[in-house]
Amino acid sequence: MGRRTLVAWKKVCNREFVAKVIFIVSASAAVLAVGLICVFLLVQGLPAMWDIGIVSFLTGTDWRPTWTPPLFGILPMILGSLYVTVGAVFFGVPVGIFAAVFMARFCPPYLYKVLKPAVNLLAGIPSVVYGYFGMVVLVPFVRGHIGGNGNSILTASILLGMMILPTIITISESAIRAVPEEIYEGAVALGASHERAVFFTVLPAAKSGVFAAVILGIGRAVGETMAVRMVAGNQAVLRMPHEILSGTRTLTANVVIELGYAADEHRQALIATGVVLFVFIMGINIAFSMLKKKDGL
Amino acid sequence: MNKFILEGVNLWYGDFQALKGIDMEIPANKITAFIGPSGCGKSTLIKSLNRMNDLIEGCKVSGNILLDGESINGDTDVNALRKRVGMVFQKPNPFPMSVFDNIAYGPRTHGVKSKLALGEIVERSLRDAAIWDEVKDRLKKSALGLSGGQQQRLCIARALSVQPDVLLMDEPTSALDPISTAKIEELVITLKKHYTIVIVTHNMQQATRISNRTGFFLLGELVEFGKTNKLFSLPKDKRTEDYITGRFG
Repeated sequence: MGRRTLVAWKKVCNREFVAKVIFIVSASAAVLAVGLICVFLLVQGLPAMWDIGIVSFLTGTDWRPTWTPPLFGILPMILGSLYVTVGAVFFGVPVGIFAAVFMARFCPPYLYKVLKPAVNLLAGIPSVVYGYFGMVVLVPFVRGHIGGNGNSILTASILLGMMILPTIITISESAIRAVPEEIYEGAVALGASHERAVFFTVLPAAKSGVFAAVILGIGRAVGETMAVRMVAGNQAVLRMPHEILSGTRTLTANVVIELGYAADEHRQALIATGVVLFVFIMGINIAFSMLKKKDGL
Repeated sequence: MNKFILEGVNLWYGDFQALKGIDMEIPANKITAFIGPSGCGKSTLIKSLNRMNDLIEGCKVSGNILLDGESINGDTDVNALRKRVGMVFQKPNPFPMSVFDNIAYGPRTHGVKSKLALGEIVERSLRDAAIWDEVKDRLKKSALGLSGGQQQRLCIARALSVQPDVLLMDEPTSALDPISTAKIEELVITLKKHYTIVIVTHNMQQATRISNRTGFFLLGELVEFGKTNKLFSLPKDKRTEDYITGRFG
């Protein structure tokens, strides 16, 4: 071995260099995964969208994959996802924000020791367990006390509202805690009560962080599949907003219900459904990172 | 006439005694300065005057603090107390909202709702704090866009908005440049006509320039308290002399 190759070889074996390579590969894995998913979805989904026609795919009100010729309109599913997400925001956001305010500014330490792990645990429960809870508790409750057969937009909204709580609470809480103490003191020094100082000074000062929490929660609600599928009824039927006691099918549920047996164009249409979902989630994430940048969170 | 009378005030943070038997009379419509090295208790004392010390965990106070002859200890309504005894902090702390809303916050807190009344209060407070001309065209814009000196005068205006009797200032110019400092000093002197002012300062020249009375604190004790020109020209205590001639601190 020549002297020069030896030096080069030593350089390669240099510990720092090896560590650097390992880190770069690990870091690239996430980027690579996103890139691959993106490419796969677009390659498989876009041609189908093209064949069906983007407009009739996105605005078609009938989903009849088994008809001849089949109809692939996903508007019912887009609206289904929209309804359950709006519902989840309605139920989850107020509770989540108030819980975050309580935990950051009112909670005595002994209670915090219980609350914080409970919220973390809520985040770690598998969605199928939420779904099970929905089936055995929420569905009968809605059927018995509110109406319909229980598998409905309303039920899915309540369940999703619960599922987005940990996201909203955790991020809002850290945003509220990040507000400088001087702001709070300034309000109190003007004779504001603790409550007023918190709700009218500290919370507004944390608003972009709280918005970010809501957006991330929306992202979670849009993407949730298993739990929603178990309580939403899953009819691929165009619903109007007032029909909250009827069942609906979300984009995610559409994919997971039919992908097992779908073939050819049907399969492609399901992947195209995934593309639509992916675009939604991307938009939500971009909105989130823009807010985060603004807030310096 | 005395605004505040302090009788044997002791204060502890947990086991640490930060103030030791402070007796003091703070005259109305005068500027009283607290000086002393870091950790001497001067900021602690000013914060006891509007009970901001309540926010610190483990803080205990004994002795008597009288405002216009009435004790402010125990079950006094602290929100009403803080309305009467306003405070300006070391670092300008405008709320992240518009200039107008910053000033209107205090009056709104105390129940003023009418737009007209709020507008009048905002203008009066900003004029009194000598910042009206600089911000009158940008009342709806965020207060965070102002310079540090403007922010501090805005905070003074905010404190004035609830028409306090007393204005406590905790090193209000320590984060500011000399020009902004001069503006604030000038302002403070004009304010004493209507308000009793207590100012904590690290800057002895500032105390001589603006204050009528000065108290020198050391290790939690009030070493010497008297007319400013006397305290600086003929200090009675050796420690005061050492401090003001720059031998320590």
